[in-house]
Formats: sequence, C-alpha cells, structure tokens
Amino acid sequence: MLAYAARRLAALPLTLFIIVTLAFAVVRSAPGGPFDAEQSLPPQVKANLERAYGLDQPLALQYVRYLRGVVHGDFGPSLRYRDLSVRELIAQGLPVSLTLGFCALLFALAGGLPLGILAARRRGSVLDHGIMGLAVLGVALPSFVTGPLLVLVFGLLLHWLPVAGWQGGNPAYLILPVITLALPLLAYIARLVRGSLLEVLQSDYIRAARARGLGSGRVIWRHALPAALLPVVSYLGPATAFVVTGSLVVETVFALPGTGRYLVDAAINRDYTLVMGMVIVYGLITLLCNLAADLTYGWLDPRIAHGD
Amino acid sequence: MATEAQGISGAFWQQAARRLRHNPRALIASALLILVVLLAIVGPHLTAVRYDALDWNALAVPPQWDGAHWLGTARLGRDLFVRTMVGVRISLLIGVLASAVSLIIGVIWGMVAGYSGGRTDELMMRAVDVLYSLPYLFVVIILTTLFSRGSLVVLFVAIGAVGWLTIARIVRGQTLILARSEFVEAARAIGVAPAAMLWRHIVPNLSGTIVAYATLAIPQMMLFESFLSFLGLGVQEPLPSLGNLINDGAREMQSAAWMLLVPAGFLLLLLLCLSVVGDALRDALDPRDSTA
Repeated sequence: MLAYAARRLAALPLTLFIIVTLAFAVVRSAPGGPFDAEQSLPPQVKANLERAYGLDQPLALQYVRYLRGVVHGDFGPSLRYRDLSVRELIAQGLPVSLTLGFCALLFALAGGLPLGILAARRRGSVLDHGIMGLAVLGVALPSFVTGPLLVLVFGLLLHWLPVAGWQGGNPAYLILPVITLALPLLAYIARLVRGSLLEVLQSDYIRAARARGLGSGRVIWRHALPAALLPVVSYLGPATAFVVTGSLVVETVFALPGTGRYLVDAAINRDYTLVMGMVIVYGLITLLCNLAADLTYGWLDPRIAHGD
Repeated sequence: MATEAQGISGAFWQQAARRLRHNPRALIASALLILVVLLAIVGPHLTAVRYDALDWNALAVPPQWDGAHWLGTARLGRDLFVRTMVGVRISLLIGVLASAVSLIIGVIWGMVAGYSGGRTDELMMRAVDVLYSLPYLFVVIILTTLFSRGSLVVLFVAIGAVGWLTIARIVRGQTLILARSEFVEAARAIGVAPAAMLWRHIVPNLSGTIVAYATLAIPQMMLFESFLSFLGLGVQEPLPSLGNLINDGAREMQSAAWMLLVPAGFLLLLLLCLSVVGDALRDALDPRDSTA
C-alpha cells in the first residue's frame, strides 16, 4: 500500500511534465500574440515588449527557461496584468475557488449519500420514485441554468439571499454558488449509491447476515454500505474534474473573484504565462484528488492488490 | 453462419423494440422530442421575421400571444421565438455532429484496444484513464479560444475529440468478450484479416451498444456546446444557440425574466427527453448494464 502510494506520487511530476509540455506546444502554436489585442502598437514598441518578456528568443529556449522557472515555483509575470506575477494572481483567486469547490463536494456528499440510501431502502415506493425523478432532473440541469434560476427565485423574487459577489467569504454569499455547483454531483451520487446499494443487498454475504438474524439497519450500515460506497469513492476523481470545470460557470454567474475566469480571459488575450500557470495549478489539483480517491479506494477494498 | 447471425440480430432488434414499446416514459419523451425538432424546423418559417433581424420598435418586449413577437424580443429587438428555434437547430446539430466525432474515435479506440489485448490494450486504456481524470472541458476551452473562436467546425470537432472516453471504455469491454467468442475464433481460423474482422464481425455485434450510447452522447455534447456558448466561447452572435441565449437572458433576468426562461426551458426539455430516450434505449439494447 505504502509502496503503491510512493510509486503513484513519483509518477506525478512526470504526468505534470507531459501536461506542461503539451500545453506549452498548444498555447504557443496558436495564431496571434499577447500584444495584438489592444490598439495596434508601433512595431518598435511591440518588439521591445517582446524582448522584455523574452518572447523574441527561440521557442525551445523559452520552453527550457519556463520549465526552470516552474521547478523553482516561479510562473513568470502575467503578460496582461502587467504589474502582477502569475503567482500573485493565482494566490488572489485560488482560495475563493478552493472554498467553493470544497464546500460543493462536501454538500454533494452530505446530500447525495442519505438520499441514495433512503431511496434504496424504500425501493419502489413513492419516495424512491420522487428522489430518482429529481435526480434525473438534477443530472440533466446544467449549472448555467440552475444558477440564474436560483438567483431569480431566491435573490430577486424572495430577497432571501444575495444575488452575487463574495464579500470576503461571507457564508450568505456562498450558499447559492455552492448549491448550484453541487446539485448535479449530489444527484449523480444519489443515483450511484442507490444502484450500488441495491446490487450489494442482493449478494450472498448479505443474505448470510440476514440469516444470522441481524436487523435490517445493522445489515445496511455495517455490512452493505462499506461495499456500496466503493463506486462513490472511485467517482470522486471525475467529480473533482467536474467541480473544477463547473466552478468556471458558477464564478461567472455569481461574479466571484476566483481563478475560473482567468483561464478563459487569459486564453483569449494570449496571456501565455497565465494560461500555463492555470493549467499547472488545475492539473495538479485534479491529479492529487484522483490519487487521493484511488488510495482511499484501495484502503477500503482489500481485494485491490497494488502489486507490491 | 451468416444467416444464423442475421436471424439472431433480427430477433435482437425486435426484442429491443418490444421493450421500448412497453416503456411509457420513453414513448412520451420521444414524442416530445419529435415535436420540438419539428417546431425547430418549421417554426422560423411561420413568421416573416429572421433570426438576426433587429426590430427597433420592439426592444425587449415581453411575450405577447397576439403580437408580432410571440415569445417577446431580446435586448436588440430580435424575435425570441425565432432565435430560440434556430438556437435549438444549431445546438442539436452541434450535439449530433460532435457525438458522431466522439463515437468514431471512441469505437475505433475501444475496439482496437479490446481486440489487440495484452500490452497494447493496457497502454491504450491507461491513456483513457489519465484523460478521464483531467478536466477535459479545459482542453476544449483552450482549443476553441486559441483556434478561431466561433467557428462551428472547430467547436464540434473540439467537443467531440474529448468526449469519446466513455464510449471507448464500453466498446473495449464488449470487444474483449466478443474477441473470445467462437464465431470470431472461427473467422480467425479461416484467415480473416484483423481490419476485416473488426468491421465485419465485431462492429455489427456492437451496434446496439453504439446506438444507445450515441443517444446518450447527444445531450452530453449539447451541454458542452451550451456551456461554451454561455461562457462566450462557442457560437457567436448574431448566430443563436441555446447557450448564448441563456447567457443573454441571465444578464437581463432582473427586468426581463422571459429572456432566460424561454431558452432555458427548451434546453431542459431537450436534455431531459434525450437522456430519458437514451436510458431507455440502453436498457432495451444492453440489458446487462443499467446501473451506471
């Protein structure tokens, strides 16, 4: 187990290196440059700017320089926000995005698990059909529809919650964005738990536990649930990716000062260093979360031998 | 051999059709779906207004059943009904084309991996695992913003090129089973070349799975498209898509909620119908796996 974790951790820099290299190649092969967008600069000024940022050097050299900087934690200056470095920009926005994503994941688990268990225990009842119907809706509803609708209802009509903004992480401002981001996840987790719990409940060892005279509550909580949760754990990897992408929309809808918008704006503006910085940060977050999900899975399911 | 296989597959499709007929939810959803598609095709011709025409005398008017603009107009006086209908067309079209792209990649990838087996299989599926865990919409965002923003071709190719992972996994699993079956063994024994084997013997047996997942892929791809258009990276004004209509509506919702509700309603209707039909098709054509 430990050896497996160590091996996966050791593979991390390699994966990251491949991602950085691919991103560098794609970003730099795109037409246009960072100094084209504004009113056209005199060629001499543009040349000077490019020289100042080292963009006149051969591409291979720029690549090596960039990699050397990244290894030392230096993502370079932003080409667009001229006074700020990429690291400062990310340090400003990342706490917002992380808070949002973490709360959404927690909320999705806290809501999806009980609903799924409830639906499975009352299989075929009105409650089951109700929960599963809502789950279908929840999975199909994209966040750029639920977000504005929630704002419309709870913000503009009922005046219960603020419409947009961050206010230094004031919880009231966090509720609607978190719900918007978590809703599809919550619905999916509820479906996943229901399906796998029903499957596990049909297996032989559960029948054996019942035959030993255990109560249905004990059978579910002690015997069935640990096995039924495995699909949820392995879903947490893709769920992280979902949250990362979803936060983009949610941050746009609710005007949150997170990092989500950086990637889009930076790609449009050809802010090479900021795009690369965002790719690295988000790549690292998803890789780490996937690793955590895989390790938890292996820890929960002793059948998985990691070939140590 | 061939006739026997055809007999079996004929019975297979008949059985699937029977299962579908006994699924009232799927029938209602397909009827609604057909209705919306017909409306999207016919609708814009019912009024003389073009989707990009500006009506300066009717800026942001609410829906009016007896007026010139049934579902009201947008900020610049563009007719919302016509725009939404054309938006449905464009979103559906991109959804279908992107699904086709992802199916072609996914089926070939999964089939080659499953049929080759061994190290090739492991390598190919490991790549799928890695891609699966990445926030692939980021890749689409980067691709579409960097390379000609607003081009519909770039849009559906980029969406399709990242959406093939699930289908690749499923096809690989099925191929793995098929590759060990006796009729493939027999075909191999008489010297059928690998490419011909895949095309003549594996693909026909995968067709049920492929049809089911194609239907499920379309709403997924439509979702990607509207997601990108919502962020301003997909379909560009004055061309409408459900995503950019929703984006416009969300900006005006304080004063003109209908601008949000109309396109959002159509998008939801389409997504729901397509996923209900897709689920039903998967259950009908692929009864083994219905939990995921």
